[in-house]
Amino acid sequence: MTEHLPVLIPLVLLTAALASPLFGLIRHSWTYRITVAAVALDAGLTMWGLAEVIADGPMSYRLGGWVPPIGIEFVLDPLSAFFATVIAVVALVVLVGARALVAEELPEKEVPFFVAVLLMLTGFQGIVITGDLFNLFVFMEIGALAAYALVAVGERPSPVAAFRYLLIGATGASLYLLGLWFVYSLTGSLNMADVAAILPTVWDNPAMVIGLSLIVVGLGVKMAMFPMHGWLPDAYTQAPSAASALIAPIGTKVGAYALIRILFFVFGVRLVRDRLAVTDVVLWLSAVGIIYGSVMAIAQREMKRMLAYSSVAQVGYIGLGIGLANPVGLIGAVLHVVNHAFMKAALFVVAGNMRVKLGHTDIGRIDAAVQRAMPWTMAAFTVGALSMIGVPPTAGFFSKWYLASGAIDRGLWIMVLVILVSSLLNAVYFFRVLERAYLRSGDREEGTEAASGRNEARPVMLVPALLLAAGIVALGVFNAVLVNGVIDLIRPAGL
Amino acid sequence: MGPPMGDFWGGGYAYAATAALLVIGLYAILVKRNLVKKLIGLNILQAAIILTWVATATKPDATVPVLESHSGEHLVEAADYLNPLPHTLMLTAIVVGVATTGVAFALLISIFRRYGTLDEGELLGEMRNGGG
Repeated sequence: MTEHLPVLIPLVLLTAALASPLFGLIRHSWTYRITVAAVALDAGLTMWGLAEVIADGPMSYRLGGWVPPIGIEFVLDPLSAFFATVIAVVALVVLVGARALVAEELPEKEVPFFVAVLLMLTGFQGIVITGDLFNLFVFMEIGALAAYALVAVGERPSPVAAFRYLLIGATGASLYLLGLWFVYSLTGSLNMADVAAILPTVWDNPAMVIGLSLIVVGLGVKMAMFPMHGWLPDAYTQAPSAASALIAPIGTKVGAYALIRILFFVFGVRLVRDRLAVTDVVLWLSAVGIIYGSVMAIAQREMKRMLAYSSVAQVGYIGLGIGLANPVGLIGAVLHVVNHAFMKAALFVVAGNMRVKLGHTDIGRIDAAVQRAMPWTMAAFTVGALSMIGVPPTAGFFSKWYLASGAIDRGLWIMVLVILVSSLLNAVYFFRVLERAYLRSGDREEGTEAASGRNEARPVMLVPALLLAAGIVALGVFNAVLVNGVIDLIRPAGL
Repeated sequence: MGPPMGDFWGGGYAYAATAALLVIGLYAILVKRNLVKKLIGLNILQAAIILTWVATATKPDATVPVLESHSGEHLVEAADYLNPLPHTLMLTAIVVGVATTGVAFALLISIFRRYGTLDEGELLGEMRNGGG
């Protein structure tokens, strides 16, 4: 049983995605139940896999029994097991409340919505588990196609946002495929480990540099790395709240995973850092993206849009850690992946709850009445916001700490400055909301609808927000356990 | 499998053609204002990349990689056969492209029903005027 773990992680979700619409024909609610059951099972499998990997080292699975490098290989190593666990756990927590959000915003669409969610998660888990470069492309497109569909069922302009997302995303995937052609032409292989072994013999071929550049650009689009982030703000803003809460925390992270995997484990540290300085390009683009995303977030008047721009900045942190290309920086990047997944999930769940209860998420209309009406929701928002700013002991502080230490190790003080300035900018746009919610008494207290009444979100919608908020604090407090026990095992050769 | 880069300009006219297609596709995606034309551009881009892959597999005087019973006499010479892997990979890529196009058409229909136009400029104007 254990040896089948790598393939079961995406397969459980795919099977559920195919079976759940059939059960949905009998009763609509069955689709949701199967979705939650499958993701819960998947979370269990990923955690089991992570424990196995930590105890016994990496696992490899031969699809159809074909021996790699000819056959496709699924690999569960510390990096992939960690990302798979984050994806499954965050998706599971968000899914607990997703049905209530979907019932509010998309009545009658429950069955297709959750089928698309399962397909998207299949794609994400596949990206993380596969050990084959072409297989990665296929899973990337499975996940992306489902994500386009999830974005497109939102507000009135959402199909436009989804179409732009599709156009940019598919172009990025095509560039990845073209880059892969260069790699395949030079090495004759698509298996990641095999390519990594052959590549050093063709280092001097300029075609490899072109291939690498195309792959980095293609993955940069998927990850929304500045300046390839153009699709993200509209897509996350217009998507239905349940879809934003599912896509925003993990959608860009799988792009980051693919970048880490391909830069450090396929092309190798010596090539991308020492010979070509690809990581330096990633580093500086990310630094610009951090500042740009934070400034744009300040300029937004609507909360989901603000969170979307903040995602551009937060992806920049992950890119910064990758770009530093040293052990501490990589720890910071991987830790920020899990931290940001929890933070963004909590904040988007809160935004969804506010939309359902208040009917809007305009920052200008938030005041103390909102806080009195939804004290627990606002508490979860506060924890998420503090973590985004980087206030200890919340999780956000520690990943920024590792990133800053990594920058100091490289002697890049300007990157420390970028992290500090962006934390201040984060404080500006989050305290703007917190100040309104906690300190500003309602301007229109008289004659308005239930200005002081309790109007908290339903428990099923509140629980995910509170769980995620608790997770943020737990990740912060126990970050040393996570870093020493898991993230430290992610050691690309030569780093 | 011979790396194609050596004879890029020597015998690889196919690559010049696919490079031209690639640029045409990117141009349409970036510059055209009609969303259908942008989608056509995406399809041209995908076709260019698929053709690039398939062109890699060709060699002079080679045939399909199917072993015939009477070929068992002598050892199988890899040089006599095309590389089948790019073809099979590109079959998958074509399927991915078809699925993407299908989803894109569904989105375009939905956009047209809501706004009555597929012009990017008009759509952005409509969205700004209180589509929010």
